[in-house]
Amino acid sequence: METANKTEMKEFLIDQLLTGTPDMADPFVSSKFAELRRDDIAKPVIYIGTGTCGLGAGAEATYLKTQRYIEDHQLDVDVIKVGCIGFCAAEPLVDVQLPGKNRISFKNVTGDKVNDVLESAFTLDSNNEHILGQFRSEKLDVWENVPFIDEHPFFAPQKRIVLKNCGLVNPINIEEYVARGGYNSFLETIKKYSSFEVCDMIEKSGLRGRGGGGFPTGKKWKFANGTEADQKYLICNADEGDPGAFMDRAVIEGDPHRLIEGMAIAAFGIGATKGYVYIRAEYPLAIERLKIALTQAREYGLLGKNIFDSGFDFDIIIKMGAGAFVCGEETALIHSIEGKRGMPRPRPPFPAVNGLFGKPTIINNVETLSNLPEIMARGEAWFASIGTEKSKGTKVFALSGNITLTGLVEIPMGTTVREIIFDIAGGIPNNKKFKSVQIGGPSGGCITEENLDIQVDYESLISVGAMMGSGGLVVMDENTCMVDVAKFFMDFIQRESCGKCIPCREGTRRMLEILESITSKPNKNNEKEALQRFKGIVQLEKLGKVIKETSLCGLGQTAPNPVLSTLKWFRDEYESHIYERKCDPNVCTELRTYKIDIDLCTGCMACVRKCPVNAIVGARKTHHFIVEDLCIGCGSCVDACKFDAISIS
Amino acid sequence: MKHGIAEILEARGGAKRDSLIPILQEIQESEGFLSQEAVSEVGSRLGIPTSKIYGVATFYNQFRFEPKGKYHIQVCRGTACHVLGSATVLDKLEKILRAKAGQTTRDGLFSIEVVACIGACGLAPVVNINGNFYAKVTEQSLTEIIENLKNKEV
Repeated sequence: METANKTEMKEFLIDQLLTGTPDMADPFVSSKFAELRRDDIAKPVIYIGTGTCGLGAGAEATYLKTQRYIEDHQLDVDVIKVGCIGFCAAEPLVDVQLPGKNRISFKNVTGDKVNDVLESAFTLDSNNEHILGQFRSEKLDVWENVPFIDEHPFFAPQKRIVLKNCGLVNPINIEEYVARGGYNSFLETIKKYSSFEVCDMIEKSGLRGRGGGGFPTGKKWKFANGTEADQKYLICNADEGDPGAFMDRAVIEGDPHRLIEGMAIAAFGIGATKGYVYIRAEYPLAIERLKIALTQAREYGLLGKNIFDSGFDFDIIIKMGAGAFVCGEETALIHSIEGKRGMPRPRPPFPAVNGLFGKPTIINNVETLSNLPEIMARGEAWFASIGTEKSKGTKVFALSGNITLTGLVEIPMGTTVREIIFDIAGGIPNNKKFKSVQIGGPSGGCITEENLDIQVDYESLISVGAMMGSGGLVVMDENTCMVDVAKFFMDFIQRESCGKCIPCREGTRRMLEILESITSKPNKNNEKEALQRFKGIVQLEKLGKVIKETSLCGLGQTAPNPVLSTLKWFRDEYESHIYERKCDPNVCTELRTYKIDIDLCTGCMACVRKCPVNAIVGARKTHHFIVEDLCIGCGSCVDACKFDAISIS
Repeated sequence: MKHGIAEILEARGGAKRDSLIPILQEIQESEGFLSQEAVSEVGSRLGIPTSKIYGVATFYNQFRFEPKGKYHIQVCRGTACHVLGSATVLDKLEKILRAKAGQTTRDGLFSIEVVACIGACGLAPVVNINGNFYAKVTEQSLTEIIENLKNKEV
């Protein structure tokens, strides 16, 4: 029965896709679409957000509890696992939609809260503290006294193009995607336009690569479009290695069909018949959902040979990355797909001319590709009307770190950084002071208080020494040590450097060594180290510039950015580490000095036994003392002391 | 053991160089790590020198050359996790288990792996044990988690 329904639905939807715009005047068609879009439901629906972040917050327990609640109360309800709406701070999210009523969303619904939340949803009680808001719709009844979700400060300034369906639809159901207008834009594109026209439209829309560099997408396509070859490839770069960014994962987990449609449009534009999705192995859920979505698209004939009798062939293969940050670089990524070490090569020749297996290849990021269906559906002029003069459209940012509301926000280009952090995300928690925000990951830089009012677009960010990167925003409060942050990035980069070119391989290592000598305890017998420390700032700057200018690929050329940028804005912090041997926020453990309060010390020997370097002296029942020169600042003694006698001085 | 590797290679008859990484991934998936025998078997099937395969396998962080523990603990060291204290979490874990990142405890129960970013930055710091996420981990909650797992084994 189920399968018969499915086949029937498939035939109906394919029919609708073939005609182009569905005829909403036809009552049969409009009722079917309303059903699929869940504007008109026969029985209640419960939506549970099960992205990776939802699962991390305990969505699996929520799901099981919900199932049990339904069994216990013998309810006839649909339970649907949806992707992530991007509001990580409120996970796990549960939405309930009752027939004829607006969909209502509940936040922080962990397993133990399920009964309470469902109880109030089914009894129409709008006083539950977990209520986040209700979704707006035209035809359904409004919940009294419940705010609309689009008026919530986190959602109100957002403009969702890429994340449009995320968290709202069942990601592994192609029927729902099609009912919301999906794949229509791809089929219209291949029917109406030539491949060159598509490239032209995308160029005019002003869409730029969302992976970091910001190269105009249409222009890049034209290189490949203009190259004659028997085979061309399209690669979707989903190797989101940038620590602190997770928008690609959310898009694939929440709306994989959008990416597939975007890839199909791009492939048509450049004339590729084979596409690869190069995705991180660390994203198992995204891979699983993408696989299901691909199978569905093939069943519908949206991928494969001669798609909808257009003569256009296209299919997509998933390639799992194996964990190498450098593979985000185009040529390194190509080598990795070819089964080699992921090392970059000099360009030109550019991949658009000579790429994967020596054939013309275009590599676009997940977010870039996911913009395409909407651009083709609503026209390049519509897209170009959003954003600033040189940066069009929207950008998804991943907010994390010391910030009240973590999650994903999609905002028009040109929004200020201050708006994002303080208006949308609610500022810094625990009444701490804002210190800086790191943008663009290991290739980016930081923005300080004085620059918070700059607009988010490619050029403005570069003008203050940061860059768009993939859009990770890590907010740091006053308790963060900027030297430590720089050291963290340098450590990451020198481990991830592929080792092909010397400036990057040796240079990043040297930079890390300098930072380590700045943040570690001075060794009295080693004068060379002391000299290196004092030369630290001067050398760091010089070395950084050399690495920037002489490295082979984007990774090396941007590697010194976190150091140079923190040096520019927080030079005093470096200096206090070097000259005063002091880390004000007390993050650098080796620079900490500990003190034993002799009034509280009972002489129990607990700390003496625990100290790994024998830096604590004192006999039983007498006061203990710390020999500062020996102490490495590990803090084991603080943990060992039962009388709270040891503290950081 | 040998059987599994042969089967994986059989299923990909006629595989070329570009299948090397997926094959290694599949072997690791089923065996837990890449043994020396597995690597040389792959080499002879694909006609690629073992040294070249090691060259590729050691380049990528994903591949392991030691068996995994029964509980495989991934500690996220992304930026957001770092800012919120993942370094102390990792330190604590290494202390409790008496094993360093990349190693397996002597009883074979736990192995620690440091990963660049799991992509759950909103819940930082994050630890993943056998596919289950633990969000907003502190030194204390981590100790409890490990204790619970240890108690399960007794």
